[in-house]
Amino acid sequence: MQSHGEKLIFEHSRPGRGAFDQWPQTPPDSAAVADIPAELVRQAPPLLPEVSELDAVRHFTRLSQLNFSIDTHFYPLGSCTMKYNPKACNALAQLPQFLGRHPLAPESHGQGVLACLYELQEMLKAVTGMRAVSLTPMAGAQGEFAGVAMIRAYHRARGDLARKEIIVPEAAHGTNPATATMCGATVREIPVRSDGDVSLEALRAAVGPGTAGIMLTNPSTLGVFERHIVEVAEIVHAAGGLLYYDGANLNAILGKVRPADMGFDVVHVNLHKTFSTPHGGGGPGAGAVGVGERLAPFLPIPLVGRDEDGRYRWLAERDLPQSIGRLSAFMGNTGVLLRAYIYMRMLGSTGMTAVAEHATLNANYLLARLTRAGFAAAYPERRASHEFIVTLKREARELEVTAMDFAKRLLDYGMHAPTTYFPLLVPECLLIEPTETESKQTLDAFVEALTSIEREAREDPERVRGAPHTLPVRRLDDVRAAKHLDLTFKPAASVAGTPSP
Amino acid sequence: MAFIPHTAAEVGEMLESIGAASTEALFDEIPASIRLRELSGVPEPLGEMEIGRLMRERAASDGQPLCFIGAGAYEHHIPAAVWAIANRGEFYSAYTPYQAEASQGTLQTIYEFQTMIASLTGMQVANASLYDGASAFAEALLMAVRINRRSESLRALVPSTLHPHYRAAARAITSHQGVTLEEVPYCTEEGRILPEALTRYEAQGAAALAIPQPNFFGVLEDVDALSEWARRRGIPVIAVVNPTSLALLKPPGAWRGGADVVVGEGQPLGVPLSSGGPYFGFMATRMEHVRQMPGRIVGRTLDAAGRPGFTLTLQAREQHIRRGRATSNICTNQGLMVTAATVYLSLMGAGGLERVAIASHARTSELAAALTRIPGVRQAFRSPYFHEVVLRLDRPVAPVLEALARRNILGGIDLAPHYPELAPALLACATETKTSADIEAFASAVREVLSSQPAA
Repeated sequence: MQSHGEKLIFEHSRPGRGAFDQWPQTPPDSAAVADIPAELVRQAPPLLPEVSELDAVRHFTRLSQLNFSIDTHFYPLGSCTMKYNPKACNALAQLPQFLGRHPLAPESHGQGVLACLYELQEMLKAVTGMRAVSLTPMAGAQGEFAGVAMIRAYHRARGDLARKEIIVPEAAHGTNPATATMCGATVREIPVRSDGDVSLEALRAAVGPGTAGIMLTNPSTLGVFERHIVEVAEIVHAAGGLLYYDGANLNAILGKVRPADMGFDVVHVNLHKTFSTPHGGGGPGAGAVGVGERLAPFLPIPLVGRDEDGRYRWLAERDLPQSIGRLSAFMGNTGVLLRAYIYMRMLGSTGMTAVAEHATLNANYLLARLTRAGFAAAYPERRASHEFIVTLKREARELEVTAMDFAKRLLDYGMHAPTTYFPLLVPECLLIEPTETESKQTLDAFVEALTSIEREAREDPERVRGAPHTLPVRRLDDVRAAKHLDLTFKPAASVAGTPSP
Repeated sequence: MAFIPHTAAEVGEMLESIGAASTEALFDEIPASIRLRELSGVPEPLGEMEIGRLMRERAASDGQPLCFIGAGAYEHHIPAAVWAIANRGEFYSAYTPYQAEASQGTLQTIYEFQTMIASLTGMQVANASLYDGASAFAEALLMAVRINRRSESLRALVPSTLHPHYRAAARAITSHQGVTLEEVPYCTEEGRILPEALTRYEAQGAAALAIPQPNFFGVLEDVDALSEWARRRGIPVIAVVNPTSLALLKPPGAWRGGADVVVGEGQPLGVPLSSGGPYFGFMATRMEHVRQMPGRIVGRTLDAAGRPGFTLTLQAREQHIRRGRATSNICTNQGLMVTAATVYLSLMGAGGLERVAIASHARTSELAAALTRIPGVRQAFRSPYFHEVVLRLDRPVAPVLEALARRNILGGIDLAPHYPELAPALLACATETKTSADIEAFASAVREVLSSQPAA
């Protein structure tokens, strides 16, 4: 959809305009706030829009139409699991009693929501094989933080203060080393072999009395299953370390294998990936953590417990005195948790397994068709998990058309690009994850689109390098964005770009 | 089932294309010893009709009591347009705007949001949100340490009048990097920090001074004196504020000592209570600190045709670039709640938000007056407050709250667990959503409960 750009909401403002039906209907009474000392009162009003309700609705509706989304476009972002977000999950989580309940409302007025959360804990235990679950982390990264913090707390409780090192494979997602640092640990990277598995030799050399643990995704960020995971677990455990499972790729193995059975001691699950809670344009997510027996005393609070008489209640400081603590003001992203609960109940046991089977089928189908169309798979001898990597390094070298160019041109074909340039290990890569909710027709169209772009790259490379051509904006200048910081609208200046300080 | 569109015929064609005999064959790289034969512990699938019925029954059992609880989450009127827009699939089923050209809707919304938060807080720049107010406060502490490299102190001065769960979360998150929280005691008569209480810290320096406004009790702190004390000693000021109050109260940027980082809970801005989340934490700072601020930031730039457009910027701070040396590990934030807040603030504007703030304060004053007319109930602090108030009772609060709950009224929270020195004390809040009739009903119920039970 071509557009000449939307004005900012501030540019629609007119003095004296407002959505008055939404305001408290009685005019402000200055006597009502006479008890607030004058020196604490605001002098100049804040810069907020003065628009009618129609202005606001029209503005934001039009903005929404500038977005690609799962509801409108194929979105094969690797490691993000952009599957269909069922409308029922959204609608039922927003039932008025759920939506209007205060976090500190008593348990007597929360048995309904607590039942959902308790059962969600139980189902997450079942799919991961873990013994206990906390739903409080508000995103995958917070789940990772909780996991690493629990590992460190475990070692400290045993009096083993030397264990400060977290091992990550070189292809790990950036949140893994960032999390380790936030937990006061040091990071040691180990190489991955050319067939995609972690190097056992390098791992043996890396573990020792300073090893707190290892963080792994399985299937890995390379899109392949870590075939020697049992040996990896044995090596790390023998050295006294623990294993942390990054659940980003859980969609590939639901019902097929459980992280606990692979030897992991703690997992986080991205509910906004595997369990289809909406991505929201960048959140909210939820990163529930599950643990084996050893780490159960350290779980972040609160958890949901159930008494003998079947009543649900919060378990907090008194129940878990060794907990790593609270990660938020309340109990996490409850609305997101409800959506995940509803989705998991709709899937049921048979649905979970079907998810992994069809996600894997779709990925392997795309891998086979793209390989036959002449694209280079990064790991051609390996099965795809629910995702796989194609490298465009030959195109970049021979045609000077990069993965970035392919990604931008795909947008013109009405498809969101796959993940690009991650993992860093594979040059000019596309990490492609179709998910199980996409049909064969959509996948075939994707193959045709990429094949067509490859042809364009040979015959009309400028077309690809200059993409996108049909979107509301052309390719954006990121260098300029960082160099001339324009991060807020300033009424006096109406042109982008004032030099940064 | 499971929203999977494949027909059996299609599955067959796809397997043929792959050259695999069955879907099982696609899992042949998983060691047999760990393969699951059958997934147990998950119930049979439910159709949408069945799960709908279950959820409606559970929701009904939780009811919709009359709620006078604040304590960090506030019930405000949310215009229907807010969630009509935020529930559009183009917003909620979109991803993080990494492909900027395909995400101008989300990116422009965030840019507008950043502008509104910066202005509300009186600061120069804001980020695209953090998870909630408590974790935003923890991130602010870590940021203060980064921006105050001169000081070697990792000790943050944190008033005991700051929300107890904010202090707890800050400890849980920052202790791993060596940060300690020193709790500044409050005056039990006034319910706030007296500036004199800071003198004992003068010799040693500090990584930061946190200043809540209003504080957990709803009391207004002496923000000018406290911020000035910190400014004079080169100690970064972290302001923790309620966003609705900023329509009425002097923002941290205008405090006499100013502020370096401003954080708070954005839930009051169009986000439903929803049993504690999802909410969003906002963060704003001075331009000179922008490269130390965690979280995503949207900037305006030009496209290849010279037209304005929006993109994520300063990404070198973040985990996907800096990895182990990132400002924070944060990746997913609270995008959809930010969308809702931006629509809310557009509908309310400064005028509407000011009315909400004034009406909320007026209702709370009315509530305090109605309750203190009851024998055995008195206001705890004589200090100025905003839209929340502490009341002393003549008996333990918990049984009173239970009795009120049986009458479908949630009367506030018992302060005994976190502030035993104030017990018996109740923290209650009334916003613009409460009418005089609601307040009268609450007061009658309290009167009835107190007179039917003997005083402690």
